[in-house]
Amino acid sequence: MTVDMSQFYQVFFEEVAEHLGAMESLLLGMDVNSPSIDDLNAIFRAAHSIKGGAGTFGFNDMTSVTHVLETLLDKLRKEELELRNEMIDVFLQAGDVLRTQMEAHQNGGDVDESIVTDVCQKLDELSGSKPAHGKPQLTAQDVAPVDIVPASPGVCYKIEFTPDEGIELDNLLAELGNMGQLEIIENGAGKVPPLWNLTLTTAVTEAELKDTFAFFVQPEKLHIQLFTDATSDDASYGFFGDMDSPKVEDDSSYGFFTDVAAPPAEEDSSYGFFTEIETPQVETTPVSKPSPSKSPVSAAAEVKTGRRETDKAGATSQADASTIRVNTDKVDLLINLVGELVITQAMLAQTAGDLDPVLHEHLLNGMGQLERNTRDLQESIMSIRMMPIGFVFSRFPRVVRDLASKLNKKIELKTVGEGTELDKGLIEKLSDPLTHLVRNSIDHGIEAPDVREAAGKDPKGTITLRAFHQGSNIIIEVKDNGAGLNRVKILSKAKERGLPVNDSMTDQEVWQLIFAPGFSTADVVTDVSGRGVGMDVVKRNIHEMGGQVEISSETGFGSTISIRLPLTLAILDGMSISVGNQIFIIPLTFISESLQPASTEIKTVSGQGTVVQVRGAYLPLVALHKVFRISTDIIEPERGILVLLEADGKKVALFVDELVGQHQVVLKSLEANYRKVPYVSGATIMGDGRVAMILDVAALVRINQ
Amino acid sequence: MQATQEAASADVMTNNEFLSFTLGKEEYGIDILKVQEIRGYDAVTVLANTPEFIKGVINLRGIIVPIVDMRIKFNLGNVTYDELTVVIILNVANRVVGMVVDGVSDVISLTSEQIKPAPEFGAGLDTQYILGLGTLDDRMIILADIERLMSSSDMALVEVLAA
Repeated sequence: MTVDMSQFYQVFFEEVAEHLGAMESLLLGMDVNSPSIDDLNAIFRAAHSIKGGAGTFGFNDMTSVTHVLETLLDKLRKEELELRNEMIDVFLQAGDVLRTQMEAHQNGGDVDESIVTDVCQKLDELSGSKPAHGKPQLTAQDVAPVDIVPASPGVCYKIEFTPDEGIELDNLLAELGNMGQLEIIENGAGKVPPLWNLTLTTAVTEAELKDTFAFFVQPEKLHIQLFTDATSDDASYGFFGDMDSPKVEDDSSYGFFTDVAAPPAEEDSSYGFFTEIETPQVETTPVSKPSPSKSPVSAAAEVKTGRRETDKAGATSQADASTIRVNTDKVDLLINLVGELVITQAMLAQTAGDLDPVLHEHLLNGMGQLERNTRDLQESIMSIRMMPIGFVFSRFPRVVRDLASKLNKKIELKTVGEGTELDKGLIEKLSDPLTHLVRNSIDHGIEAPDVREAAGKDPKGTITLRAFHQGSNIIIEVKDNGAGLNRVKILSKAKERGLPVNDSMTDQEVWQLIFAPGFSTADVVTDVSGRGVGMDVVKRNIHEMGGQVEISSETGFGSTISIRLPLTLAILDGMSISVGNQIFIIPLTFISESLQPASTEIKTVSGQGTVVQVRGAYLPLVALHKVFRISTDIIEPERGILVLLEADGKKVALFVDELVGQHQVVLKSLEANYRKVPYVSGATIMGDGRVAMILDVAALVRINQ
Repeated sequence: MQATQEAASADVMTNNEFLSFTLGKEEYGIDILKVQEIRGYDAVTVLANTPEFIKGVINLRGIIVPIVDMRIKFNLGNVTYDELTVVIILNVANRVVGMVVDGVSDVISLTSEQIKPAPEFGAGLDTQYILGLGTLDDRMIILADIERLMSSSDMALVEVLAA
């Protein structure tokens, strides 16, 4: 029986993503001149955890990259090497490589091997360089990590372990069987605690072997011993008597480490499990041993140290863990149920409102309390989907650092209001537009250091990311203290492209030009920006989220681009309108005005199309009752209401029976259980529990094409 | 998709409990495990430009659920809507769909001997959606593969990719 490991892949991927994120932020925060040992340890642990996981799942490409990464990190945290700037760069690159490898495993696809080898080579070169202040006794350890390279095929390990209780070992044995030739000497039957004895002839390293065991056996209950003589089975029995001897060696090798977390004494006590064999050994065996396995054992010791620290990290993070991973479906279900509860409560309140307050005082008090509780409940449930915007901001230090060094600019990034919360769905969609804006600011906004100095500014430019709440909106600003937008340049470019512009336009109107598709003021197209795709995409993305983009800029002092978003995707400001006996919702952002036309303003074009004249412009008229084939008494536009809609730069006048009111509505998907309905973007549930359709304005304005 | 449907059909044959309902004079049975709940018919919001048998959508505790009237679809029974009209809420193919029928009778257990293969005939309900005919005393129950029926292109419930 083998368990299908793929069911755990997702968990692994999520963990790796977290570890990589943690690594990156630590690296970026690292002070090269006086690196914090704690941080280095944390980075090492992250790399080690990735390696362990990757090994378990058989992602060997990731294991090999993390391995070289770990080797270098290990030297750094032991202060054998000094941290240099280029190391951080290579670490960041290695992180990227790991991320691509992980994505390749996750989604399928290929990894460019040349990049991988390049990074590994750089790491190797860096770790191969001379120790900064090597102590003589460190030489053995210096060699040790390098010695972890695969032992030649046919190396024989003797493995002794006590499995955790209730663990199925079939998997482990199958995996060991895959590694090489496995022989079970004792299978733990009949002993308490069950002790297993195996020999394995294989090409894998001891460290890898330990990783394999990690899921099944506590590290301190596992003993792996190396034989040079793989051929003789008898010999292995012969070794039985002094099998613990290398462990004494092991203990002594711990002594070499200056910063080992656990003193050897602790190690001894855990070995004490096997007292009956070990105690005489320790007493009788001298420290010096004819040990062919010297370096692998010290390597193993090193890995053990790493593991222990990882365990420690696991323990602390468990203590810190105040979050749980929950499927968003569950949260959405909760939100739905609470929505229902609110409607039910409203219905009850309405009924109770008719009762005599004197006779039913208790009931009415209860109703009041129910109302408060439901509201609180709704608010807290809605807040589950909220995430701090810091999740998006956290990627920008890297973007700024990479791009600034590429463009030879000095840029400092400030973030304000990382704790501002907004809907998770928005957070995910916000990341791309914000990246565009930040890149734009770096490339076009902030000037080169010499230009800045000439202008009397600090050569170091500043980009500020700021998030804050304003009413039921969240506002995210990308602000730079660079050159600002150049009105003259934008206008001349716009004229070149034949856009309808004139010199008397207000600044605000001029700035809006940069959102035109294909518009760019960059003189040279670089790989950073300048191709003119970007700002229009930003605007469209933000618009899709129901938000707006605003620009303010002052030449010479920089510019600020603000994104205004609703707090949650799930709620939308809408105007409800009626046609016949049906109610529809129009998202408020698309409505420019509503009017009651005079019959003289309605004209037909070639006998079929109807247009309405609004302040000199003719707008196509779309009758909603015709679109949805609804029978209504109001078929002449002058008896109903025209709602002027604008989307994607097009305008139409929508003819409806009447306006009903303005609401905040909760968006529901029609497609979840049904299918897409033409001219409908979704549905919502009204206060009385009925379903109302939300109109797809973007489709409606194209209806005549 | 095909495979899962196949598996679902096999499931039905091994799990022999069916919810029986009537359409006109005919009695139908569907796998009880596909049934989420049974409720009355009310407050349906009409959808424009849809086949006549798709009555519209309802709000089922915050989920928008389409309602199909099987009586119209198969031309059986009296199409009237009153407080006795019954909607069977089904959970098929990861979707929730409501189905209007004349009436729900009971839950029946059938052994595999009581289930006979359906003869070939060109009736309203295509035989590919019939798992078999069940016999219980003198009742004949048409066992429908509701999952396959509801996800078929005939029902127009699911977005069908250009075929």
